[in-house]
Amino acid sequence: MKEIALKAGDTVVVARGDLQALLDALAARDYTLIGPTVRDGAIAYCEIRTVEDLPAGWEDEQDGGTYRLHRRGDGRLFGFTVGPHSWKQFLYPPVLKLWEARRNGHGFTVHRDESPQPRRAFIGVRGCELAAIGVQDQVFLHGKYVDSTYQARREGVFIVAVNCGHVVSTCFCVSMKTGPKVGKGFDIALTEILDADGHRFVAEAGTARGAEVLAAVPHRPADASDRAAAEVVSANAEQAMKRSMDTEGIRDLLYNNAEHPRWEAVANRCMTCANCTMVCPTCFCHTVEDVTDLSGSHAERWRKWDSCFTMEFSYIHGGSVRPSASARYRQWMTHKLASWIDQFGTSGCVGCGRCITWCPVGIDITEEVRAIRETDRAAEEG
Amino acid sequence: MIPQPFRIRQFRQETHDTFTLELEPANGAAPAAFQPGQFNMVYVFGVGEVPISISSNPASPRLFMHTTREVGTVTKAMRRLKKGDIVGVRGPFGTPWPVEDSAGSDIVIVAGGIGLAPLRPALYALINNRDRYGRIVLLYGTRSPNDILYQKELKQWRAEFDLEVYVTVDRAIGSWRGNVGVVTQLIPKAPFDPLSSVAFVCGPEVMMRFTVQELQRRGVAEDKIYLSMERNMKCATGFCGHCQYGPTFVCKNGPVFRFDRIADIFGKREI
Repeated sequence: MKEIALKAGDTVVVARGDLQALLDALAARDYTLIGPTVRDGAIAYCEIRTVEDLPAGWEDEQDGGTYRLHRRGDGRLFGFTVGPHSWKQFLYPPVLKLWEARRNGHGFTVHRDESPQPRRAFIGVRGCELAAIGVQDQVFLHGKYVDSTYQARREGVFIVAVNCGHVVSTCFCVSMKTGPKVGKGFDIALTEILDADGHRFVAEAGTARGAEVLAAVPHRPADASDRAAAEVVSANAEQAMKRSMDTEGIRDLLYNNAEHPRWEAVANRCMTCANCTMVCPTCFCHTVEDVTDLSGSHAERWRKWDSCFTMEFSYIHGGSVRPSASARYRQWMTHKLASWIDQFGTSGCVGCGRCITWCPVGIDITEEVRAIRETDRAAEEG
Repeated sequence: MIPQPFRIRQFRQETHDTFTLELEPANGAAPAAFQPGQFNMVYVFGVGEVPISISSNPASPRLFMHTTREVGTVTKAMRRLKKGDIVGVRGPFGTPWPVEDSAGSDIVIVAGGIGLAPLRPALYALINNRDRYGRIVLLYGTRSPNDILYQKELKQWRAEFDLEVYVTVDRAIGSWRGNVGVVTQLIPKAPFDPLSSVAFVCGPEVMMRFTVQELQRRGVAEDKIYLSMERNMKCATGFCGHCQYGPTFVCKNGPVFRFDRIADIFGKREI
């Protein structure tokens, strides 16, 4: 095959049979490939090697508190949306040793493992997820301090995004302006097309390195009909999306309704289980644990994902600042949708719907916003 | 950010449940300069790390002084440390009291209990440049006469630096002949000009709530009142999320806040 130079912004067509060449090209460039697989009855992001590892022919069905995979009856490789996993587990690991220390005499020396991270290629990043990575970039890289553990993992990442052709009932990325078509930040964006003309991918190079990798994969230039077919996929997905959230003035809406009775109502259902915060691709709160071995001469500090839904989260001597479930739910939702904007210049919600699906009682963040908006106390007084 | 080793130069029991660590760098490095109101994360080997405000004189940053109360696992372990032992220190972090910006004003300092500890460097900074300020008034409330911190310094400052100190206790015992009652009762009679005063307030949140009310009742403007807030803290660099207070992170947007900037959430339950 003759390699033709491509540049960022170019769009080509890669046949289904040549997708393995894309994975091989990335592996040849020393990337560890992470992609969707079927595990424990759900879509999980794991290390993959071949196209066969992808969930060919699987489709998900989601609703509040419900998740099921079933056969879709075709051979699509990305015919599903997002599962309980998100890419944050690779950039911001759930459990991470920050450093270890050893006693010497009266004192101790601290050692931090700074060995280089594997370069990872994320295969199948959706629009909402790419936006979520952007949100965490804002949190960990662009503030007063930089989180070096995140930076070390984020720097080498190669992103192969996928424009969603399938939506589930919990999706609301259109409202959050993060999808279904992926936004900025990908190296390659794929749109999967399966029609009378065959099974193929319209592939757009988002960066120079994305173009370089695509050039090494058998392809043909995309013509107008290929581009049109790809646009139809995104347009249909947008059409199919039924759930929505009105974000107009949402920051002030929530600030002004901190005392709204709805918080009490939702707390009657909320089990404060923290599932929503664990599956959320932007939630970044964590705790640290200091431990020693039995000899007492070796200590370690571990960082672990934490949740604002636990009592310990806000504990100061004398008790928890937010003992009630209503205050904890209010903290989570107000942070996600309102104070996040003050803190990081962006909403903390990308509309992926995971918090709705994985809530054991099906609490729906879009419904909670609607309920508060419909009885907005500030507006009523005004 | 990893803890740097600091040697305990002196351990001092202040009251029955409070103590002070004087820390100097164990590796020969110069300790970082700090501003009054800032805090460090202090680590006890293998046990844990807690935020503690800095209480030393900022003009001589040869050492960090930390006064704390024995309340949890880490501070209990800290209480058992001795002179010569090593602790870890990360910091300093956080926003300072507006000491320099308050030049030309009367200064009203209202402290409740251990809340005097983060105000101590501010008191030093004020008396280090005593002639820049008008009246300096310290209103200090504790549970009992036995809980009064820094008694020696209080006497000295009162005698040498024209600092007016009013102490009140919740419960009088023994030979106590001073004020009895909550610290807010001292505010209406305290000698300061409310129209040209800046107030520094630190103590339990409920005490600060009533203090702000009393100060406002006397006519101190919202933007002339500063509070030091306390929240759970793990990282001190705005990543762990524990210290969120409305849209702020107490670790980096605080702990010292100008009251008008948090007025809309201050006093709301469980924020």
